[in-house]
This record gives sequence, C-alpha cells and structure tokens, in this order.
Amino acid sequence: MGKTSQQRHPARAIEVSGVHFSYGDIPVLEDVKFVIDPLDSVCIVGPNGGGKTTLIKLILGLLQPTRGSVRIYGGRPEDESRRIGYVPQHVQYDPGFPIQVQDVVAMGRLGRSFTGRYTKQDWSEVAAALEAVQLSRLAGRPFADLSGGQRQRVLIARALAAGGDILILDEPTANIDHESEQLFFDLLGRLNKKMTILMVTHEVGFASTFFKRIICVNKQVFIHPTSELTGELIQNMYGGDLQMIRHDHCCSAKGHDHD
Amino acid sequence: MTELLHALLDPDLPFLRYALISGLLASISFGIIGTFVVVRRISYIAGAISHCILGGIGLGLYMQNVVGVSWFTPMFGAILVALLAAGVLAWISLRANERADALIGALWAGGMAIGFMFIAATPGYFDPMSYLFGNILLITKQDLYYVLGLDAVVLIMVTVFYNTFLALCFDEEFARLRGVKTHWLYLLLLCLTALTIVLLVRIVGIIMVIALLTLPAAIAGRFACSIRQMMISATLLCAFFIMTGLGLSYQLDLPSGSVIILVATAFYLVSLVNFRLR
Repeated sequence: MGKTSQQRHPARAIEVSGVHFSYGDIPVLEDVKFVIDPLDSVCIVGPNGGGKTTLIKLILGLLQPTRGSVRIYGGRPEDESRRIGYVPQHVQYDPGFPIQVQDVVAMGRLGRSFTGRYTKQDWSEVAAALEAVQLSRLAGRPFADLSGGQRQRVLIARALAAGGDILILDEPTANIDHESEQLFFDLLGRLNKKMTILMVTHEVGFASTFFKRIICVNKQVFIHPTSELTGELIQNMYGGDLQMIRHDHCCSAKGHDHD
Repeated sequence: MTELLHALLDPDLPFLRYALISGLLASISFGIIGTFVVVRRISYIAGAISHCILGGIGLGLYMQNVVGVSWFTPMFGAILVALLAAGVLAWISLRANERADALIGALWAGGMAIGFMFIAATPGYFDPMSYLFGNILLITKQDLYYVLGLDAVVLIMVTVFYNTFLALCFDEEFARLRGVKTHWLYLLLLCLTALTIVLLVRIVGIIMVIALLTLPAAIAGRFACSIRQMMISATLLCAFFIMTGLGLSYQLDLPSGSVIILVATAFYLVSLVNFRLR
C-alpha cells in the first residue's frame, strides 16, 4: 500500500490510483489510475493476458497491488468487498455439482451471520433477486440443467441478493446467444439505475451502445467515454498494440464528461 | 446367510459385531465428509492424509513399547499426525504458487516411511499389513464410542455450517468476498476429513480407506439433486457396501477390507456404465 496522500472519497465508487501489479517479475499492470463515480457504467476491454482479470481482482481485494492503492467508497477493498456484487464467468463451474438454482442465489446472503444460516428475510431477498432476472420459475431446478444464458442470470441474481452498490461482471456475454444478450443488456440497464456497473468484455460492439465509458487494459490502462469509440480505436485494441492507441488527447483520470 | 447371523450373534465372536456396528456408524461420517471431498475435488489430499497416518501409528507403537508412554497409543498417534497433515495441507493451499502437489507427495510417502521406520524399530512383531489393508480383529468396543463421538461432531459441524461449507465447495472465491472465513473453514473441513479417515482405517486400511470415502459419494453424485441428498445417499451406500463386504468376506473367508472395496468399486463401475447408456 502506497503512502500517497490518500484522501477518503466516499462519493467515488471506485478509485484506483497509481496501481502497479506484477506476478513475480512479470509486470501485468503499470501505473493504473482512474475514478468511477456512482451509477456509472463502464466496460473493460483489452486483449487476453492484458490484465483485465487482474484489474478486477485488485478492485475486489482478491489481489494486493504491488504499488498504489484501490479504494471502494473511500475504504479498502477487503473491508468493502460486501458492497460489490461479483459475477464470475459461469463456465468455471463443475456441471456435476448437485445444487439447486435457489441455493446458488442464496450464497449471496452469506457473511451476514457467523454460521451462515439463512433467515426468512434472506429467502425473500433470494426470491426478489430471482424475480429481477426473471428466473423465479426455475428456483428449484438443478443449476447444471440451465442454459449458459440462464446460468449467467442466476449468478447475477446471486450478486443482487448480496445487495451491493457496485456490480462487477467478468465476460458475462462470452457464452450466450444474441437474443439472450439483448435481454441481458435490458437487465443491466434496469440495474444501472441503482448500481454502478463494471463489466469485462471482448465484444466492443454492444459495449458502445450500452456503456457510458470504456476502459482499455493492456498493461497500461486508459479510460474513454464510449462516444469516442471509433473504428480506429477498436482496430488498435484488437489488431495492434494497444499502447499505440493515440492517447495524445490525454484523458484525465476521470475520462471525459458526456455532453 | 444364517451362518453369518449366527456368527454375528455369537458372544465368542465380538469382533465381527464390532466391525459391523462401527462400519455402519462410520458410514454417517463417511457419507457426509466423502460428499465434500468429492465435490471439492480433494481426493488426493484425503489420500495424503490417510497415508500419513501410518507415521502416527508407528510413532504410537514405538512410544508405547519402547519409550513406555502408555497413553500414547497408535490411535492417538494417528489422530495427531492426521490433524497435523490437515493443517499443513490447508496452509499450502493458501500459497497457490508453490508446488502443492509435490508437497502432497512428500507428505504421502514421508508419512509412510516414518511409520515403517518406527515399526521396524519397535521390538516384537507388528504386522504393518493390518494397518495397510485393515484388520477387523483390531476393532474394540472402545472404537465404537470413538466413531459415535465423531459422528456427533461431524453432524453438528455440518448442520451448523452447512451453507458456508456448500459455498466453500461451490465457489470459494465468492464466499470469501462475502466475508466468509474460507481459510478456516477449509482447515475445519480437512480436520474433519482427517478424523473420519483415522476411524475407519481399522476396517479397510490406510491404502483403501480413500476408496470408501469417495466411491459412495461419487455414485450418489450421479443422481442426487442437492448436496444434502448426496450425503444421505452416500451414507446409505457406504453402509450397504460395508455390510455386504463384511458378509461376503465372512462367507468366502476373504480379507474384509478388500472385499468391501471391491463391492464399492464394482457398484461405481456399474453406475458409470448405467449413466452412459441413458
């Protein structure tokens, strides 16, 4: 943790300042700084191995920066992790794990008591979260029986049941079809009225229509308003070296304001 | 069959009764802990713990017979070493980058090597085969109380922490983000696994105990819809395997541990084939 003059900014949902991170000798992220305000919607893009997942883990407090600091509503990520609803990639789950949909969602209610036993209140929150993602009718079904898109929504419901202010999603659209994707962004739109949304994706097309800002991660990190997203930028992101993007217009750490 | 019933009721053959009762009682812990071991995919960790136990057994024999510390029984040594191994294994899991599998191998083989060394250094004849492959003649009435006590501990712990254990096995990272102390919970799970293994080593032995821990749960996992269901089915299957195996071994005059494991393995293979056909 750096000794940089850290003021507490509870009004800022996420504040990353001067963060460096390396796995051993291999630098993954260098001098990352940006600020995300409450109710912002931001997507994180960049090539594989560019550090997207590392950035997410730093924000969640699962990894510690080598230098610099991450603040969630002014506090340390480890202390504030319960304000974040996290939606990991659904593909990492064991399809043989015998568990019902509602029991997956209920995990969002853990951490409220020592033993983790659920109260009536917890179960009604679970029902509400399933309602929000329109999966109430599948509450009793085995998680493994669902389609990719449905599982993704179950994991979102789990994050919603936790009741945080920030929603972080890791490549949620990677395995869902186009139709579910449309539904998915409708859902995100509704959630964005109450929550700050941060999403890792590699599909920039949709990103430009939904998100207000875009964070490009490839060792270094730049933040743009999505209105600036041009063909050239996208091409640079995927075709060439991301660091070569013309960043000479020099965004501030907060990016540009929308008109 | 009647012959077997007579044998079970024969007051001169208490060991068969003890073996059956302790096996049936232990099925509860085996079904519950085995389920977690299977869904969390830590069979190889359970294997390392069970093999390590020989070190504790050897130490116990040595302490009792050479040093003369009468309370340091092989059982005590086994429990001590099993818990120690569980602690070390939980600790390495915190350091994902270090070569955990190499350390698991070292514990696995090192524990056994220490055990054989102590057994060799202990005068008198102790047959390591009994510990490696099980020997129901070693089961005493006192063991029944141990198993009963373990069942109580396992049932209470798992009932109280059911949801957090479930989250630990399904998605540890998410559980940690919700503020669950996953490292301690994992340590608790490994300790319960260690104790469960120690108590059934007498029936099926160090080498095969892992099969009896995982096979019933693995079969149950093929049809169960929830972890709770999987635990209950695994318990019933485990009890069935022990009963059938003991009965067959008595009838056919074969080593009981091996017969129990063969019955379990046969059912597991059938369950695999059955699933393929559907």
